[in-house]
Amino acid sequence: MPAISLKLNGRSVTAEVEARTLLVELLRERLGLTGTHVGCDTSQCGACTVHVDGRSVKSCTMLAVEADGREVTTIEGLAAADGTLSPVQAAFREHHGLQCGFCTPGMVMSATELVRRNPGAGEREIREWLEGNLCRCTGYHNIVKAVQAAAQTGRG
Amino acid sequence: MAQDGIGAAMKRKEDLRFLTGKGTYVDDINRPGQAWAAFVRSPHAHARIVAVRTEAARKAPGVVAVLTGADLAADKVGILPAGWLIHSKDGSPMVEPGHPALVADKVRHVGDQVAVVVAETRDQAREAAGLVEVEYQELAAAVTVTQAVAPGAPLVHDQAKANTCYDWHLGDKAATDAAFAKAAKVVTLDLVNNRLIPNAMEPRAAIGEFDRATGDLTLWTTSQNPHLIRLLLAAFTLGVPEHKLRVVAPDVGGGFGSKIFHYAEDFTVLWAARKIGRPVKWTNTRSEAFQSDAHGRDHVTHVELALDKDGKFLGLRERTLANMGAYLSQFAPSVPTYLHSTLLAGCYTTPAIYAEVRAVFTNTVPVDAYRGAGRPEASYLLERIVDVAAREMGIDRVEIRRRNFIQPSQFPYQTPVALQYDSGDYGATLDEALKRSDWAGFEKRRAEARGRGKLRGIGISTYVEACGIAPSAVVGALGGRVGLWESAHVRVHPTGTVTLFTGTHSHGQSHETTFAQLIAEKLGIPFDNVEVVHGDTAKSAFAMGTYGSRSLAVGGSAIVQAVDKIVAKGRKIAAHLLEAGEGDVEFRDGKFTVKGTDRSKSFGEVALTAYIPHNYPAGLEPGLEEGAVYDPKNFTFPAGCHVCEVEVDPDTGTVQVVGFTAVDDVGIVINPMIVEGQVHGGVTQGIGQALLEEALYDDTSGQLLSGSFLGYNMPRAADVPSFRVGTKVTACTHNPLGVKGVGEVGAIGSPPAVINAVCDAIGVRHLDMPATPERVWRALRTARKA
Ligand code: FES
Ligand code: FES
Repeated sequence: MPAISLKLNGRSVTAEVEARTLLVELLRERLGLTGTHVGCDTSQCGACTVHVDGRSVKSCTMLAVEADGREVTTIEGLAAADGTLSPVQAAFREHHGLQCGFCTPGMVMSATELVRRNPGAGEREIREWLEGNLCRCTGYHNIVKAVQAAAQTGRG
Repeated sequence: MAQDGIGAAMKRKEDLRFLTGKGTYVDDINRPGQAWAAFVRSPHAHARIVAVRTEAARKAPGVVAVLTGADLAADKVGILPAGWLIHSKDGSPMVEPGHPALVADKVRHVGDQVAVVVAETRDQAREAAGLVEVEYQELAAAVTVTQAVAPGAPLVHDQAKANTCYDWHLGDKAATDAAFAKAAKVVTLDLVNNRLIPNAMEPRAAIGEFDRATGDLTLWTTSQNPHLIRLLLAAFTLGVPEHKLRVVAPDVGGGFGSKIFHYAEDFTVLWAARKIGRPVKWTNTRSEAFQSDAHGRDHVTHVELALDKDGKFLGLRERTLANMGAYLSQFAPSVPTYLHSTLLAGCYTTPAIYAEVRAVFTNTVPVDAYRGAGRPEASYLLERIVDVAAREMGIDRVEIRRRNFIQPSQFPYQTPVALQYDSGDYGATLDEALKRSDWAGFEKRRAEARGRGKLRGIGISTYVEACGIAPSAVVGALGGRVGLWESAHVRVHPTGTVTLFTGTHSHGQSHETTFAQLIAEKLGIPFDNVEVVHGDTAKSAFAMGTYGSRSLAVGGSAIVQAVDKIVAKGRKIAAHLLEAGEGDVEFRDGKFTVKGTDRSKSFGEVALTAYIPHNYPAGLEPGLEEGAVYDPKNFTFPAGCHVCEVEVDPDTGTVQVVGFTAVDDVGIVINPMIVEGQVHGGVTQGIGQALLEEALYDDTSGQLLSGSFLGYNMPRAADVPSFRVGTKVTACTHNPLGVKGVGEVGAIGSPPAVINAVCDAIGVRHLDMPATPERVWRALRTARKA
């Protein structure tokens, strides 16, 4: 089995993985980071979104071996060490951008990249950016509000 | 009002764990020594099982066990029961075929479970499942309701003649016929309420565990009502003693009805765990979820409305074929009957109504309650035919509704279809929605859109629905096999903080927050001093769980009753401490005070005294913990008005919702932020039904064509606008909080508003849901030719 090392939420991690192991499987099943969710098997829901080298990636579409030598951030790595929520996390709470919480980690990771890349993004841009993330609970209204609020702070 | 009590938009207690990846959903749980299950599912809609060969699978790496329908039959377990008995017109009981968790004789829908493989790892289980060889003899399938009732149709169950489960009716036929006979105008409409797939974002999952040393069984499952699952497992499917079985539904990622039911997989993992003596875990794939989660809606309806010359409704007739799918899911029989036709009066004074509903088996996934359950089907047919009537009689759409509204002075109002509405003000929600949507200014927007080559339309719906079902005795009389009360236990700790144990379950509804607000308000203690516990039969007392927007109306009422008992006991303790008569002590703002004095004891002091009873009333039990059960006195009746504005691209048929206003009367509001969120979500599911979503079967092979998020269009962020949402309040008169329920209103009020808007935009009489670009484009073309 190939051994890989990656930087995961700021810490160095090495693991032996099967060639076919998906990144999401490595995170959830081997490393116990269950905040990243699996909502489909056709890479269409975005529940599994994480950051790889700062870009959002559906971790169900990436092999664990492809993460070798790269920097991976999951929802568990977003808040500050003292527990302070990131601006996007805080905005989701402030604007009730989550109900059951299942889509939330993916939504937050995806939105975080948008806010970092495009501070000041408007409603249309946000809605289009979130095309890859399904939410069945919120009707997106409050998610969009939250992302807009976070975008105005200009910090993900 | 306390700052953090009833009416405050408190931020949610749930959020921190969900936002930091610390939620605990079933698939996040792993048990020591656990094995994995994978199911062998039928690839055919209808086929006899000739043989099931398991040798190759048994020899595959990591395989622990392979179990089939024959094993199930040998153990005499695993028949999933129906929870509601409907009688046909002629008095005969519905045809009630059992639903085996693993089938042995014949498969009845694509996805039907034939065998389960248990292996060391998930991948090994899935791979070995592919090695189970099932020899089938294919049979012709009855896929749609229309096919299923046609003469000579293949029979899904031999005992169900003409595939009929029941042929039911409601209302006064003679009176309705008489109303039609004297009508100045009769409007008729044929419509389809499209079949939907709930698709909560968390796929179902379950872990069964058996402790040989103690005989204890535990099931972790993605359920909206763990107690009901435990009861069904104990009394029907597994036959184990209820006190040795614990069912835990931890964080659950959405349900919308689809996680109410006792599914085959819940039973199977527990049964397998007991057989092999190891925990057995199973998580659905989304592809399997499409074929194994209960679907929703699927009605084919003919409706007729009789009016006098002024547009007053005289009578309504409905004839519906309701698809049950291949088996009866638990609440399926109640959905097109008592949850549907009883709502046919809507907001209107229609004096005579008659409904005939025939429930039909087909070779498709079972159909059961999905957000709204029967009521969206009622609001849709009603609000569609009212619009058509307005159009054909040349009466304004808003005016015809107003003319027929039940007036505020008429409550309580007895409808001709069994329900008695307690309160409402339909004109108030209508007025507010018209104002907020700028209904009056619409024609200007239409003209402006025309300038851009777009067809703009506006649609309205005024609906009423029924929640918080219902006095248990009434439920029983209507065929329900359960009570529909709810429990609450309030444990006051010695230092005055509180833990609430509720029988309801939160899977997005925010009970941890709303219920804490409720207790904070009633006991005058800080919101942060209340913890809400739910979802574990080992913690909460037996109760009925969450569906039908019942958690606050029924569960919240039980909380109020328990809190009242706490206050009553606290008053005794305080009176003793204050050396006053019990009747002279009042409780307000967290303090027991001797009336007309400033002598008082805080809630915390009283709680502490209850646990350290050194100076204590003689004969009173120490401790401060009370339980209560609330059995509702009636349904609650949320109502409201939804206005939808769409733009249609005439070249492509694409419909964009450009404005949506919802003004709902959900009774007293505890947390407006949460209420609005529920409406947003419900409306989006309604827009999904109206424009995007459809569970589509190939009507020959019975293959599910929309079997993934590729073929089944879920609403995405760009498919919906930002919403204008508001509330108007008339209090429910028969529960202590005056609340009505908000979980389903969005999905009930919105589909007809959307379709009415589309019809208005393109100038057609009717268009079936979903109004896809192709359907709209074809309708436009036909209209142009005509
Ligand atoms: S799990 Fe659905 S996109 Fe990855
Ligand atoms: S919050 Fe439940 S799916 Fe988005």
